[in-house]
Amino acid sequence: MSAEDLSLLPASAILPIGEEAPFRQTARAYLRSSGAIFGLVLLASIVGLALLAPLVAPQNPYDLLQLDIMNSRLPPGSESTTGMIFWLGTDDQGRDMLSGIIYGLRISLSVGVSSALFATIVGTSAGLIAAYAGRRTETVIMRIVDLQLSFPAILVALMILAFLGKGIANVVLALVIVEWATYARAARATALVERRKEYIEAAEALAIPRWRIVFTHLLPNCLPPLIVIATVQVARAIALEATLSFLGLGVPVTEPSLGLLVANGYQYMLSGMTWISFYPGVALLVTVVAINLVGDRLRDVLNVRGRI
Amino acid sequence: MSASGAVMAPVVKSSAILEVRDLRTHFVGETGSVKAVDGVSFSVKRGRVLGLVGESGSGKSVTGFSIIGLVDPPGRIVGGQVIFDGRDLTRVTREEMRGLRGRRIAMIFQDPMMTLNPVLRIDTQLIEAIRAHADVSQAQARAWARDALGMVGIPSPEERLHAYPHQFSGGMRQRVVIAIALLHKPDFIIADEPTTALDVTIQAQILAEVQKLVAESDTALIWITHDLAVVSRLADDIAVMYAGRIVEAGPVAEVLDRPLHPYTAGLIGSVPSRNRRGERLQQIPGMMPSMLHLPKGCAFRTRCARADAACAADVPLLPVGDREYRCFHPLIEVPVTEMPA
Repeated sequence: MSAEDLSLLPASAILPIGEEAPFRQTARAYLRSSGAIFGLVLLASIVGLALLAPLVAPQNPYDLLQLDIMNSRLPPGSESTTGMIFWLGTDDQGRDMLSGIIYGLRISLSVGVSSALFATIVGTSAGLIAAYAGRRTETVIMRIVDLQLSFPAILVALMILAFLGKGIANVVLALVIVEWATYARAARATALVERRKEYIEAAEALAIPRWRIVFTHLLPNCLPPLIVIATVQVARAIALEATLSFLGLGVPVTEPSLGLLVANGYQYMLSGMTWISFYPGVALLVTVVAINLVGDRLRDVLNVRGRI
Repeated sequence: MSASGAVMAPVVKSSAILEVRDLRTHFVGETGSVKAVDGVSFSVKRGRVLGLVGESGSGKSVTGFSIIGLVDPPGRIVGGQVIFDGRDLTRVTREEMRGLRGRRIAMIFQDPMMTLNPVLRIDTQLIEAIRAHADVSQAQARAWARDALGMVGIPSPEERLHAYPHQFSGGMRQRVVIAIALLHKPDFIIADEPTTALDVTIQAQILAEVQKLVAESDTALIWITHDLAVVSRLADDIAVMYAGRIVEAGPVAEVLDRPLHPYTAGLIGSVPSRNRRGERLQQIPGMMPSMLHLPKGCAFRTRCARADAACAADVPLLPVGDREYRCFHPLIEVPVTEMPA
């Protein structure tokens, strides 16, 4: 009887007015901070620069034919033998620093993003499964996490790279092994709260397959804190990769990341040729700061759980 | 098979689809064991509604969860049987139970704000529930979901499929929840206070809707609530629980008109009524005793005006006609003449 009465109304009469999709609400809230907009623009331009490296860089620093040893260690603003201007100087190989930094950004960002991505997948899965399964599964997973987190990250990464050898893939693998535990712990903490909620019980009462409950029902509700952690961890991974490369155990010399560029110039610092280390260092700093600005704002925005 | 035709209906109606026998669910903790459900028996027939009534902590919800096999540890079914369609649900394997849950036995929870996943669209949630038990394509599941929403009286179901739960009002959400419960035309539904969180006008709509759907689909329904008004409107039979036991059971009109157990009478007396305007409401003195330290014998005797020394002995569930009560001093003398022919 009531069904007929209600069906006479247009759908809009029942829809609460002014409700937006969660994503748009979040985006709107994010843009309310000018610092966060600055961070986002900065990060977008850095990523854009890295993606378009072959188009924007004056030189391909990996192409040895384009390098001339006669141009090595020129200060910023010098002119090359062929008339090209090195705005940020050159390193000891005669490489244009500006091009080196743009290409180095590419390596640093892709290592940072891909390691954070894989670590998120591994860590989140482990944390969610631990929280949902409970009992022995949870104990085993969380003790491994404790063990992992009790070692300093840099030490573990150094040991893994010493064992596996240099290379981008190995660096990513080492970073994933170092970072996954952080996600696992955060995912479990959130999931423990969520799994007590009635919608999970309702899903169980419908006998929805367990893995679907974990990944379709539980996971989306645990995402906000994980997005924040992932963002900050990208910055951490970039810094860690730079450290590893600086110590000579990271990416290969032929494809230098920002950290390796800093390391290359380190030996010339005291001879006054500071630009070789300085500008890659600045690029690294700006990238990490931009990511953290975005991450901080996301944390503020996503923590507002009153949205639902 | 659950979609029984008109010819089948009278035959099926005569037998109980669910029979609970001496069910015991205990929670074992460090400070002792809580007998949340302690020897509960009842049965429900197809097309009938049983109201399971009691105050908070009386074990009514745990009874519901025990039937569907979702008691969280440290709770455990320690005894008794739950016979559903000839099978004892306390003995079936986990896989068998999963095959029944959501398909032949459905559950509706108390708070529609909480039982729908806040971040998944309605269609996603409906389709999940459909495909958990039926091997259909995405498109078929979608059509199925749309029809299900239409059936529970949600206007323009096609459009509403795209909505998120927060875009629905409370009543509409509970309709969605009911639609999910009815998806696979279950033989039997457990509803755990599903209208408690709704305001009375919406509650009335939902009750009418449920009544209609149960009658149409010949489903058996257990309605767990503390609201006697709801039970009197909706249920055919009533079972009153106190401290983990059924203290009185029978046809709803008889029990509410002429309660036998003092606790039932107390419950009825504490409901405000239009006819007794201005009168003071009666309340049951005292609180339900801690489930860790229940008094010996009748658990209600510490709050009961009629209690005497005899009540310290174990009270059996005494049958009279089609009613049962657990009391040595029933409110109405029940001589043999009371037995209906």
